[in-house]
Amino acid sequence: MDLTLKIWRQPDASQKGRFVDYQVQNISADASFLEMLDILNERLVIEGEDPVAFDHDCREGICGACSLYINGRPHGPDKGITTCQMHMRRFKDGETIVIEPWRARPFPVIKDLMVDRTAFDEIIRAGGYVSINTGGVPDANAIPIPKRDADTAMDAASCIGCGACVAACKNASAMLFVSAKVSQFAVLPQGKVEARERVQNMVAKMDELGFGNCTNTYACEAECPKEISVSHIARMNREFLSSKVVSEKTK
Amino acid sequence: MDKLAAKIPQGPLDLKWTNYKAHQNLVNPSNKRKLDIIVVGTGLAGASAAASFGELGFNVKVFGIHDSPRRAHSIAAQGGINAAKNYTNDGDSIYRLFYDTIKGGDYRAREANVYRLAEVSNNIIDQCVAQGVPFAREYGGLLDNRSFGGAQVSRTFYARGQTGQQLLLGAYSALSKEIAKGSVKMFTRREMLELVIVDGRARGIIVRDLISGKIERHSAHAVVLATGGYGNVFFLSTNAMASNGSAAWKVYKKGAFFGNPSFTQIHPTCIPVHGDYQSKLTLMSESLRNDGRIWVPKFKEDAEKIQKGTIKPTAIAEDRRDYYLERRYPAFGNLVPRDVASRAAKERCDAGFGVGSTGLAVYLDFKDAINRLGKHVIEARYGNLFQMYEKIVDENPYETPMMIYPAVHYTMGGIWVDYELQTTIPGLFAAGEANFSDHGANRLGASALMQGLSDGYFVLPYTVQNYLADQIGVSRIDTDLPEFEKAEKEARATIDKLFSVKGTETVDSFHRRLGLIMWDFVGMARNGENLTKAIEQIQELRVEFWKNVKVPGNNEMVNPELEKAIRVADYMELGELMARDALIREESCGGHFREEYQTEEGEALRDDKKFNFVAAWEYTGENKEPKLNKEPLEFEFIEVKQRNYK
Repeated sequence: MDLTLKIWRQPDASQKGRFVDYQVQNISADASFLEMLDILNERLVIEGEDPVAFDHDCREGICGACSLYINGRPHGPDKGITTCQMHMRRFKDGETIVIEPWRARPFPVIKDLMVDRTAFDEIIRAGGYVSINTGGVPDANAIPIPKRDADTAMDAASCIGCGACVAACKNASAMLFVSAKVSQFAVLPQGKVEARERVQNMVAKMDELGFGNCTNTYACEAECPKEISVSHIARMNREFLSSKVVSEKTK
Repeated sequence: MDKLAAKIPQGPLDLKWTNYKAHQNLVNPSNKRKLDIIVVGTGLAGASAAASFGELGFNVKVFGIHDSPRRAHSIAAQGGINAAKNYTNDGDSIYRLFYDTIKGGDYRAREANVYRLAEVSNNIIDQCVAQGVPFAREYGGLLDNRSFGGAQVSRTFYARGQTGQQLLLGAYSALSKEIAKGSVKMFTRREMLELVIVDGRARGIIVRDLISGKIERHSAHAVVLATGGYGNVFFLSTNAMASNGSAAWKVYKKGAFFGNPSFTQIHPTCIPVHGDYQSKLTLMSESLRNDGRIWVPKFKEDAEKIQKGTIKPTAIAEDRRDYYLERRYPAFGNLVPRDVASRAAKERCDAGFGVGSTGLAVYLDFKDAINRLGKHVIEARYGNLFQMYEKIVDENPYETPMMIYPAVHYTMGGIWVDYELQTTIPGLFAAGEANFSDHGANRLGASALMQGLSDGYFVLPYTVQNYLADQIGVSRIDTDLPEFEKAEKEARATIDKLFSVKGTETVDSFHRRLGLIMWDFVGMARNGENLTKAIEQIQELRVEFWKNVKVPGNNEMVNPELEKAIRVADYMELGELMARDALIREESCGGHFREEYQTEEGEALRDDKKFNFVAAWEYTGENKEPKLNKEPLEFEFIEVKQRNYK
């Protein structure tokens, strides 16, 4: 198929960006979206032009490196997949595809379609862990965990840290990302010990980094490639409130 | 020979590691703060090692090529992690895990290393559960297990089809905790270009900042490489796009020996190749072989009709199907080790019984399991894998059998290390897939995660400390030393040389051509004639690369083409070493199959008299033949036999 691509080009964070049109021809319907960009880039290199920079790595939907708004939708029009899992059979011959980087203040553009998502790592460093060291831990089966709780924790833990939730949100809120980690630990006995401090520290860090508030539009859940539920946000809000109440009491 | 001393502790097999720990040297807490350790790589081995060093009180610097440590390719491991817990009461033990791993590796790994791996496997599961890793559980609240290839017990712990993700996020959380504490400093988007050696010891690295292009110097008292494998030398593999062998190759050229470079794992269950624009291959987890049955048509006329697309696989009657693994290996059936399963698939396809439009695929069929257990059970077990398959192939695997074919997945070969995971360069350690140590000539499923975390959490914290104990008098290493100056110059010279070629062919195009040579001649079936041809062709391609490669832009910018060019330049040399290693090993063992050496039934035929050794290659200079050193393998505790899965 032949396509017109409108791609956001921006040399670096300090310079202004703009859309540039590219034509690609004879793209196989079985090619992946990123393979289509590879084909464009190989041509640009041969023509002596600067290839389009974009983040990607595993190309099987798990590393969370790829991003992109495709026609205005984070990770493209299909539900439950990342950009790298999108295939060209989803598009029609002759179609125009608009490709942009994540747009959110805490994710500044590095170049073209690459953005800086280290803010997510900073939030994890604020408390997204269990404070134990290597060694000296109890036997793995010492504490039985109801299957339902383990499954809930796994649902939350399947977050890949891609940032689609932030990109989808009109407020650039990171509530789905943060709540997925808070929720994973809140339902597991291993995480409960530090639950109170964790939720407060992670929420404070999220606010400090300039992520917006949640106004319950659920756009994050709709665009999350791992279909993480907003029920984790509800759990985080409960955890947050009860931790506030307890810390007020103990003052 | 002295350099190749494996330093295996004295005593019976099950007490070696205990004895080592009892007698190793320690560093006291106040001295630990004064000692720096560099860790390159943030996958399972790197992240777990860095976090553990930080907890002990060392001053740690970690380097990764991604924007976040969580993106390392360990994240993509699907099926599970082995441990000898015997929670299932089916007869497992540390000895049995050790035995299965040695046998699975076709008796080409060190007994003592593998026994230690089996021994600490149980600690790994405990550690990960304590970190909050959400492993799959039974209704009673205890951990669930499943089966993997090469074992007759169920010892594989898993987190849906995302075990690697959950274990890496566990290690990442431990690493994040240490970064927050200040004991570990993280350097993201940095790629290692050179190793710095001062007075014979590894003392630092030169890296490139992938955003600014700035070349930086970093020093330490010890350096740990946890940079993964080099499967991308084949261009198409299940590795991530940025996974590469350059750090390993750079230290080889600085004097670290390279162990068994030709030992490559071709994974039997991957989605077949579909077009020449294809950038990578996707694995379908080995766990699918628990419930899926592998078959091809029994009659050539059916296979031909399928290839032409005139009939569908569901139209082929049961008695016209050949479940060739169950036929050839009744004892292990569909759960034979990976090398055996891959070769059997190739054998059927080469004989003309393959399916799909190319004839280079076999079926993995869930019909019986769905009939027996119900669709909902299969969906709960493999739902995400089925979805992944459908997205790529555009077929529903609940209704029509999956098509699979072998693809490059893992490299058992790697930097040669002794029992302490130290390379032949003092102070340089290698962990995880980057080293050659534990899997012999073939890795069993669910053992890579085990080895990465074993090295990082439970081996290096002891052995690196043992090394550093006599370094407490060495003050912080100055990066203005002439050795740093020289290494930086070498790194810059490579980059300048790449830009100066100004040719007409892209890096990817060269990489693809190299990959084809490797796949055809150094892939699943090898022979002397083709390997000799491969060496010649790689040498020719390398000359062409340096005459005609086109690298756009400059160093001082985000430049993925430059990043790829540096890696492919190294693959052009590493590929040749792989072919050389495969050529001298005149036997078949594990994933290394030489067509000249096979049994009458087409199984791998080892030659234990001549080839019971680790090939440890030594660099001798630009365009000079490398030197082969041999570390003999001694089997004191187990009897070496022909592998039998029948």
